[in-house]
Amino acid sequence: MFKRNARQDLIFFLVFSAFVLSMPVLLAPIGAGYPDLLQKFAIYGLFAIGFNILFGLTGYLSFGHAAFLGVGSYAAVWMFKLLTMNVIPAIVFAVIISGLFALAIGYVSLKRSGIYFSILTLAFAEMSYKLAYSVLTPLTNGETGLQVKLRASGPVTDLINQDVRVLDAAMGIEENGIPAPSLFGLEITGWQAFYLCAVMLIAGFYIAMRINRSSFGMMLRAIKSNQNRLNYTGVYPRPYLLAAFTISGMYAGLAGALLAVTDPLAGAERMQWTASGEVVLMTILGGAGTLLGPFLGAAVIKYFENIFSAINENSLHAVLSFLPDPVENALVSVLSMFVGEGWHLTLGLLFMLIVIFLPGGLIEGFNRLIGLFTRSRKQTTGENREEA
Amino acid sequence: MDAILLQVLNGLDKGGAYALIALGLTLAFGTLGIVNFAHGALFMLGAFCAVALNKLLTLEKVTLDPTQKTPWGAPLEIRTPYVEAWLGDFGKFLVDWSVPISILVVVPVMLLIGIAMERGLIRHFYKRPHADQILVTFGLAIVLQEIVKHFFGANPIPVPAPAIFAGSADVGALFGLPPNTIVYPWWRLIYFLFALVVIGIVFAFLQLTTFGMVVRAGMRDRETVGLLGINIERRFTIVFGIAAIVAGLAGAMYTPVLPPNYHIGMDFLVLSFVVVVVGGMGSLGGAVLAGFLLGILQSFASMNEVKAIIPGIDQIIIYLVAVVILLTRPRGLMGRKGVMED
Repeated sequence: MFKRNARQDLIFFLVFSAFVLSMPVLLAPIGAGYPDLLQKFAIYGLFAIGFNILFGLTGYLSFGHAAFLGVGSYAAVWMFKLLTMNVIPAIVFAVIISGLFALAIGYVSLKRSGIYFSILTLAFAEMSYKLAYSVLTPLTNGETGLQVKLRASGPVTDLINQDVRVLDAAMGIEENGIPAPSLFGLEITGWQAFYLCAVMLIAGFYIAMRINRSSFGMMLRAIKSNQNRLNYTGVYPRPYLLAAFTISGMYAGLAGALLAVTDPLAGAERMQWTASGEVVLMTILGGAGTLLGPFLGAAVIKYFENIFSAINENSLHAVLSFLPDPVENALVSVLSMFVGEGWHLTLGLLFMLIVIFLPGGLIEGFNRLIGLFTRSRKQTTGENREEA
Repeated sequence: MDAILLQVLNGLDKGGAYALIALGLTLAFGTLGIVNFAHGALFMLGAFCAVALNKLLTLEKVTLDPTQKTPWGAPLEIRTPYVEAWLGDFGKFLVDWSVPISILVVVPVMLLIGIAMERGLIRHFYKRPHADQILVTFGLAIVLQEIVKHFFGANPIPVPAPAIFAGSADVGALFGLPPNTIVYPWWRLIYFLFALVVIGIVFAFLQLTTFGMVVRAGMRDRETVGLLGINIERRFTIVFGIAAIVAGLAGAMYTPVLPPNYHIGMDFLVLSFVVVVVGGMGSLGGAVLAGFLLGILQSFASMNEVKAIIPGIDQIIIYLVAVVILLTRPRGLMGRKGVMED
């Protein structure tokens, strides 16, 4: 790791940025060249990169990260409603709020480790989810979800259904109908939204890379490999853990804010623990502890979710029509279990296979493939894993 | 007084379900050291065994009766389940009692599933970290519930309890209260008793048989038992099968209380893990105690009087209790020393 020099990192980072920015062109041939899907790649990529700072580096498995995503979404929509449709305050506010939220939850949860930590985070996330539906409806609007509404003309009595947008009003911005989020006058929809997310992703990736290469990142990895030994050397690991937890919560908040920017509607279902499970899936699938892995996992899952759930029995029949009828029908009835509505089955199977056979995720798979072709004895597999 | 008693009763059936699932989880954890996130899926599979049996028994033959007409003028369709047509009154009895009868199906099916799961998958994860175990069983849970969703659809499927138990019991009368102060559905009382019986059987099995003695010894010190020439692995496999049966039975009997859908297991799993942690990882008694305790606490928290003081408490009470317990008593209520201390 110390052999790696700054120039290699810079090249790696530049290649990554170039790839992300040119995704609309590069991924068009595989049917992913449209903003709705690509911005999901970027948003969930950010979410997973942040989650990886906690799970990948320290080994602490949180099952409650979706709560921070949800809090970020709510915070961003509230900024849209109260202050301005400009995305900058929304994003900043969402990151701060979810960071504070993560700080509080992390402070309590990190008193325990192992499975107890997982259960504690799960408990906190479920509490937030349940509260968002019940007591906190004045803040979250319950099952309907929090939405951007028309600006109130008269006195405001009901903040959920009447927006104020103080800043916009002060600056004299006219609104016709419900406005879209904007960046200093530029409307953030379609491709603009993707590029906003892409820039955020690149920034997030850069920060994650810096953390990874820093002594702080080293400390986090030390916690993962042997916390006892760290204690014996006189290091108190909890502040480092709390910092990692808060940072990953802020990433989740940023992802939540971007979700709210691309679609100004926040609902509590984003906070459910299955959503937390999804980000775990993404990170593991790509490769926990690697830099590129989480983004890769998020992109792969979102891509296949999109492709697989679009396939139905008719399209299967169309593809397999060259086969004899009985074979075709049998094959279709089997395959239809795995596509469309049944896409989660494919996901579950894929995930199991990865955990069983490829604990290092897709990145490890690539490295093994590369290792097959370029057999240089000097490079150990451990070194290879660092490459990513 | 009667209000308190009613809430205690209300908590019993749910507490029974928590206790049964948590018992199975603890068995699997205490013996194999495995954190099984697919245990909720086993509960769900048990419930769907009951659903499948009920569907099978109520497969209907449709005959058209030309002498009678529906209000729309078409011949009246007469639907009779095949079992009823073949077996007469006994068939009717079978259909009516399909949920209790499903126990006979659940036990062998779940035993097989449990053993297959342990041999096929979980065995390879003993030496892997707990995070890997959680992840792979989480994946398995997704797979199982999607398979069930494929065959049974996404909507909850109601399964009736036997007609005898359809009404409510006047429990208040037993305690000398005026009639109709505490009425409580029969089936939920039955479920509570059933849970007690199953728990009793499991404990008796572990405490009174040689097999159980060996298993308990293995839970304490696996290596020494192995050194004594006992094949502890095989016994633990069977214990995992038993844990699966307990979860399956809990699910099958719960169908009349709550119509199962494919993610019922996940809903119960999260709570059951909380129950296990509150009871203390690896403590069977703790799991049962915490199960009933949390079930009853939950029903108290959903009283209107309580909700008026602390709004929303009914939704989060279990998690709140878990957080408090985990932070104040790290081993849970009855946790043993040295189990999952990290």
